[in-house]
Amino acid sequence: MVTTPVRTRPPSPAPVPTPPATDRGRRIREAAFVVGLYVVSIAVALGISAIIVALTHGSPWTVFTALWDGSFNSWGSFGYTLDAAAPLLIVAVGTIVSTRAGLFNIGQEGQLAIGAMVAALVALKIDGPGPLMLVLALLAGAAGGAVWAGISALLRYWRGVEVVISSLLLVFVAFQLLSYSLSTTALLHENAEGASLTESDPLPAGVRLPRLGTYPNANMSTAVILALVLAAVIGIAMSRTTWGFRLKMLGLNPVAARRVGVRAAVLGSAALLVSGACAGLAGSVVLTSQAYRITPTISNNIGWNGLLVALVARNNAWVAIGVAILFGGLHAGGGFLASTGVPSDLVDIVEALVVLAAVFPPALLELRRRRARPQAVPAGEAS
Amino acid sequence: MSHDITTILDSAVFLTVPLLFAALGEYIAERAGTLNISVEAMMLSGAYAAALGSSVWGRADLGLLWGMAAGLLVALIHANFSHRLQANTFVVGLTLNVLALGLTNYLLHQVDMTPMLMDTVDVPGLSSIPIIGEPFFSQPWPAYLLYGLVPLVWWVMQRSRWGLEMRSVGENPKAADVTGIHVNRRRRQGLMVCGLLAGLGGAFLSVAEVGTFNSNMTAGRGFIVIAAVIFGGWTLRGTVAGCFLFGGVDAFRLALPALGYTLNPQLLIASPYLCALLAMCFFAKRTRQPAALAQPFERGAA
Repeated sequence: MVTTPVRTRPPSPAPVPTPPATDRGRRIREAAFVVGLYVVSIAVALGISAIIVALTHGSPWTVFTALWDGSFNSWGSFGYTLDAAAPLLIVAVGTIVSTRAGLFNIGQEGQLAIGAMVAALVALKIDGPGPLMLVLALLAGAAGGAVWAGISALLRYWRGVEVVISSLLLVFVAFQLLSYSLSTTALLHENAEGASLTESDPLPAGVRLPRLGTYPNANMSTAVILALVLAAVIGIAMSRTTWGFRLKMLGLNPVAARRVGVRAAVLGSAALLVSGACAGLAGSVVLTSQAYRITPTISNNIGWNGLLVALVARNNAWVAIGVAILFGGLHAGGGFLASTGVPSDLVDIVEALVVLAAVFPPALLELRRRRARPQAVPAGEAS
Repeated sequence: MSHDITTILDSAVFLTVPLLFAALGEYIAERAGTLNISVEAMMLSGAYAAALGSSVWGRADLGLLWGMAAGLLVALIHANFSHRLQANTFVVGLTLNVLALGLTNYLLHQVDMTPMLMDTVDVPGLSSIPIIGEPFFSQPWPAYLLYGLVPLVWWVMQRSRWGLEMRSVGENPKAADVTGIHVNRRRRQGLMVCGLLAGLGGAFLSVAEVGTFNSNMTAGRGFIVIAAVIFGGWTLRGTVAGCFLFGGVDAFRLALPALGYTLNPQLLIASPYLCALLAMCFFAKRTRQPAALAQPFERGAA
């Protein structure tokens, strides 16, 4: 039994009232501290990665230069980085919409898989002129993802099932649905005879996103532009439109939102549908710009990573662009690293450690700020 | 026929026991308000560490300790990030899952080991009961821990002061805080117990059942554990029943081709998640989740 003694607030070293103009020096120190904190924690993450490599008789230096060469070192490799970043960014901006509304959709991985599957169905089963089919496939993917997220919305507002639970469970149902559609010859295969049951037929050449250039000049897919436009639209919609404001209100204070006439079920469902549609769109982008055929691992953790991008960017669409590029860089670098013979699992390790390093500083700063803030209740110890 | 039943039952118990260990931990963590998705990481790292430990120390049962330690380590990271620094629990959980998968895969290729396998221990008398004797009473000894652990977890959570505090922290953290319970400390403790038990579950899988470690050995078992707790409506008996149900379904899926039946395997693999969703939908009264599940607690916040 732990009791917290009631006591008056101890004299705190740094109460933060609105800073007068005189303490500019302290603000600079504060900013330097923040930057330093980020540098140190990223350095610790990379240091741990290096130790792991060194302990297993590898050369950390070779690994890091390979990661750098494969991601940011040249325009050619930067193209690969952007290619990997595009679907992550699309997933992330969708996540931002639903999180804004206070609904925690963590099922992007499944929504992405369903989106890719539906896009492939449309692309393989309907004949039409290439560009039209490409647009149709992308839209169908978005619709598929939206439907999958819509199940969560339905369960939330009809049966009161938390979105975080239903969306998580639906990921694994989505995987099995994908596996079923692959194993059923009629669905993702044009001719039943001799069709492989582990991957679908390749997409027709017309239904592929065009590329902007060839290596090493702007060797990136048009998906990059699509993702950036989407991020800008969502970034503006969140901060500059009534819709974005109502979403924020619903997320921050549902009771107040209801008082001013926000219908939670409608707006919340819409937010979930948008986030599912983005994940589904990301799935069709992966299909039409990279994979060109459905495999059981088409989602390849892009949904989970997109969710992480949104969370690390603290639900800001503009910040998400940078974070997505960082993640994309790790992936592109990881692909290059694997080609040098180092297991690409190492990239997962580096990525996870970098994520933890990126979450650490804001959390620590928040904790410091909270402890420093004068408040009526006694300031708790590390609560 | 009875031979078939015994075989299926044996396979069901085989698939259930690791789930059950982890589910006991997940149940405790969720009752304290953490929707812990790093249980997959705990099980996977537990499985790897146990295999490694049994190889280093040359004894399978000591490998279990390594497994528990690995699970605890994952839990420590998760607990301090999300219940001390207040980082988003899903960020931390997902990241730990990625980290555990990457690290175990990487080490698997880099470190040579010769894992051991535990022997089964027959319970005298009981193991010769027809049909159920072999599945239930002829197992590696750690499985028998469950006969004591399940009632113990029930007693601790429902009858002890600590359990009451754990549940109050999951239901109404603000009220718990006012009565002097250290909310985030209790939540951290819940995660650590979960880490120990999930690590043991993973360790059981590698050193008591399979005798080696394969890439991504747990293959989503952690998520089945989460589904079992949800399916069980956050009650202990429901959770245990969920584990047996999902283990049993899995055993059926594996046995069906040999028995000459066909049933859509994807549907069977998806069934734990579908069962959990349906249970949430249609038993809304009974399957009420802890009110503060997955909500961070911050002292003095409005």
